[in-house]
Amino acid sequence: MNRHLLAMDDVTAEDVVRIMDTAESFREVGTRVIKKVPVLRGRTVVNFFLENSTRTRISFELAAKRLSADVINFSSSGSSVAKGESLKDSALTLQAMGADAIVIRHSSSGSPLQLTKWVDGHVLNAGDGTHEHPTQALLDLYTMREKLGRLEGLRVAIVGDVLHSRVARSLSFGLVKMGAEVTLVGPPTLIPPDAPQWGVNVSYDIGSVLPKLDVCYVLRVQKERQRLEYFPSVREYNRLFGLTAERARMLPEGSFIMHPGPMNRGVEIDSDVADLPQALIEEQVTNGIAIRMSLLYLLVGAGGGEAADV
Amino acid sequence: MSERTRFVGARVVDPSTGRDQVADVLVQDGVIAAVGGEVSGEGAEAIDCTGLVLSPGLVDLHTHLREPGFEAKETIETGTRAAALGGYTAVSSMANTDPVTDHAGVVAEIREKAAAAGLCDVFPVGAITKGLGGESIAEMGEMVAAGVRVFSDDGHCVPTARTLRNALTYAKAFPEQIVIADHCEDASLVERGQMHEGITSYTLGLAGRPAEAEEMIVARDLAVARMTGGRIHICHLTGARAVGLVRAAKAEGLRVSAEVTPHHLVFTDDDLRTYDTNLKVNPPIRTAEDRDALRAGLADGTIDAIATDHAPHAVEEKEAEFDQAPPGTIGLETALGVVLTDLVAPGVLSLPRAMEALSAAPARILGAAGHGGSIEVGQPANLVVFDPDERWRVEAPFASKARNSAFLGRELSGRVRFTVLRGRLTVAEGKPTR
Amino acid sequence: MDPDDVRRALTRIAHEILERDRGGEGVALIGIANRGDHLARRLADEIERIEGRSVPLGVLDITFYRDDIGMKAEAPEVHETRIGFDINGKTLVLVDDVLFTGRTIRAAMDALMDFGRPRRIQLAVLVDRGHRELPIKADFVGKNVPTRRPDDVRVLVSEMDGEDAVMVEEARDGEGALA
Repeated sequence: MNRHLLAMDDVTAEDVVRIMDTAESFREVGTRVIKKVPVLRGRTVVNFFLENSTRTRISFELAAKRLSADVINFSSSGSSVAKGESLKDSALTLQAMGADAIVIRHSSSGSPLQLTKWVDGHVLNAGDGTHEHPTQALLDLYTMREKLGRLEGLRVAIVGDVLHSRVARSLSFGLVKMGAEVTLVGPPTLIPPDAPQWGVNVSYDIGSVLPKLDVCYVLRVQKERQRLEYFPSVREYNRLFGLTAERARMLPEGSFIMHPGPMNRGVEIDSDVADLPQALIEEQVTNGIAIRMSLLYLLVGAGGGEAADV
Repeated sequence: MSERTRFVGARVVDPSTGRDQVADVLVQDGVIAAVGGEVSGEGAEAIDCTGLVLSPGLVDLHTHLREPGFEAKETIETGTRAAALGGYTAVSSMANTDPVTDHAGVVAEIREKAAAAGLCDVFPVGAITKGLGGESIAEMGEMVAAGVRVFSDDGHCVPTARTLRNALTYAKAFPEQIVIADHCEDASLVERGQMHEGITSYTLGLAGRPAEAEEMIVARDLAVARMTGGRIHICHLTGARAVGLVRAAKAEGLRVSAEVTPHHLVFTDDDLRTYDTNLKVNPPIRTAEDRDALRAGLADGTIDAIATDHAPHAVEEKEAEFDQAPPGTIGLETALGVVLTDLVAPGVLSLPRAMEALSAAPARILGAAGHGGSIEVGQPANLVVFDPDERWRVEAPFASKARNSAFLGRELSGRVRFTVLRGRLTVAEGKPTR
Repeated sequence: MDPDDVRRALTRIAHEILERDRGGEGVALIGIANRGDHLARRLADEIERIEGRSVPLGVLDITFYRDDIGMKAEAPEVHETRIGFDINGKTLVLVDDVLFTGRTIRAAMDALMDFGRPRRIQLAVLVDRGHRELPIKADFVGKNVPTRRPDDVRVLVSEMDGEDAVMVEEARDGEGALA
């Protein structure tokens, strides 16, 4: 596997299977009384979160701690980055701490790749701008495989503001890599015009897509986008693309609803739909810890030395 | 340095006369004293130029020297030293200084500093509008009297057709040829854009600056030029469609000229997948099709000149996140090497055409009298002598204060050995003389 | 060892366990993944056949407890762990295919400590090839096979490899010989 996980391009289809299979074992660890294994004991994992996100940070923190690693949280509100310390200088500080792995979330696309220039440790992208969010995609793929038994040939729709969504990109790339069939659905102003070059379909009519799906993946619609006039109003968005109870009934039996969180109930997804049994939002969160443990293990557990006899 | 210098056995490539032959050139008292088979020069310092090329010194139409106001990025001294090392005997200085170069006082200051440094002539470009605000026209008359021939709000696109029309019309008052140069990008389409808009920008999660933003302003500017009979210059052309518009305009007889940068002739938007901030430029680097159209346009004369758009920034500014980093790359020290390696060697451009695009054509547009001219007896001795085969690697530090070169790490073939400014060597054996 | 040797060894070990541990009362078998767990299942079947007693069976993957994480180019592959019973107070018999340096067994014991507090831990191996690097010894051994340090000992089990066998590959000549 690659030294870093910055984008879905960094993993092959075989790597994805390996990551998911390894996550199975970490899920088992989560069922034990002592939910901890010593495999990364003495290693240092830094959560370098320059964009707010309590949920993802907690998920990574738990994952690292369950691997017995030491965890440092470096977040924007407390650090000097907010006061104007450059990314490079923050990176050099982390390097001086001897971080084995740095989990970075940043509002600027490309910053994880830039970080790799200044640190020796493994870099994991926890979301960079509107570029990628590979750990989210991997936990979503894992959840889909668990519920539907396979990824190849799955019919998945990703609905919402694809243009500004790093989750949509990573998930699309991951699903295509694993042989699934992806359709992006949303207002034309929020879907990149060249998206078919990613190997996906595009539709502006959610009604025509829903009846033929295995998974309906709903993206969060940022209300701030309205200021940029990509669509006229939240009400119109919900009317045309929201996953209402009525639309949820159009989904075939045995299909599932997913959402990366946090949800805007009543905007992209109606409240009662989010609580349906076919909505996997809680499973996604649980699986997030197992996947992140798997990634930390596979990256930090790899070294460069000779094999030791056991 | 001696008052008499004899360059022996160089391949003399002179675009304005078409000369391309091995000859000696004698320089004396700042002018060319003799050119020929074997020129005698008693008392003259002889420089063996076997295997080297001698041409008119390069002229840069589009340079940001940053002084006054942004001396942390570059000064007139460091910028002109970089220019001399790149084989330039004349450069422009764009008006986005602080204070803005929108009145004769700043023009004079820049001229004096350049003369004091004595490394390269500087022909300041004046702002079209006061303070680059895009509304009222700056004091062109005063600046013309101070020697300015080109006006540009570069950095900004002239915001309205009305302002451009006023500037082009007003410029007709002066007997000298006045050129209005525009940075062509529609502001509303490129707001917050970081790179060329296309599948690469969508994949990288970076806001885009579409090629249409350039195309529509070029179309607008050409229409205003037609309307006013004025003389317009298109800065840093980047897109295939825009090249097509300029070609048609020239065929129609409009008074338009255009320039292209070395980095737009070499890179494509795919090269930005590494998020290298040194490739972040405005207007952005576009697709392979656009690059090929630019090369074809340069070869067939649609694009008159190669201009560096030398844009120095402080190291820490460029080491920031991609969307925070200011756009721009330096280019004075690498232009010749890049053109020789990536255009002349593969046969995209002939050497005479390349030298014309680097010296004679920009000198004409800039109004840089005495530069880019023919290598004939009596002409001012503004020359460059270079080794087309010397291989070198582009590495910091540079003579420029800045290090943001798009070409960092690249292997080039072609390096300046001597630069001559009015008979005096500013660069000798590849090193600045001061 | 050929398939008959393997079968006889497992049968003998099953008898020894029953003898040593009071007919298997309070005993549970834990196979060490990957091949140890197939051997553990066969032992459990043997014990049931001999004594009519069904002993709890678990499988343990020790990858997370290894002492050489980060020393190989790739992180070691992880297998399933399934211990579906309470180990507190039990006599656990760890089952593995080859006992060599003892590091795997050390890791297995550390793992088991995180599951609870067994009454005692015993070790059953099909092959003991010597060269211990830690103070570990097996309670039940199928066969002692003297080897040189750089030699390679491979155990094949029919569930995974199609046949039962123990092969010793000497370091220099690369020829596999039945042990």
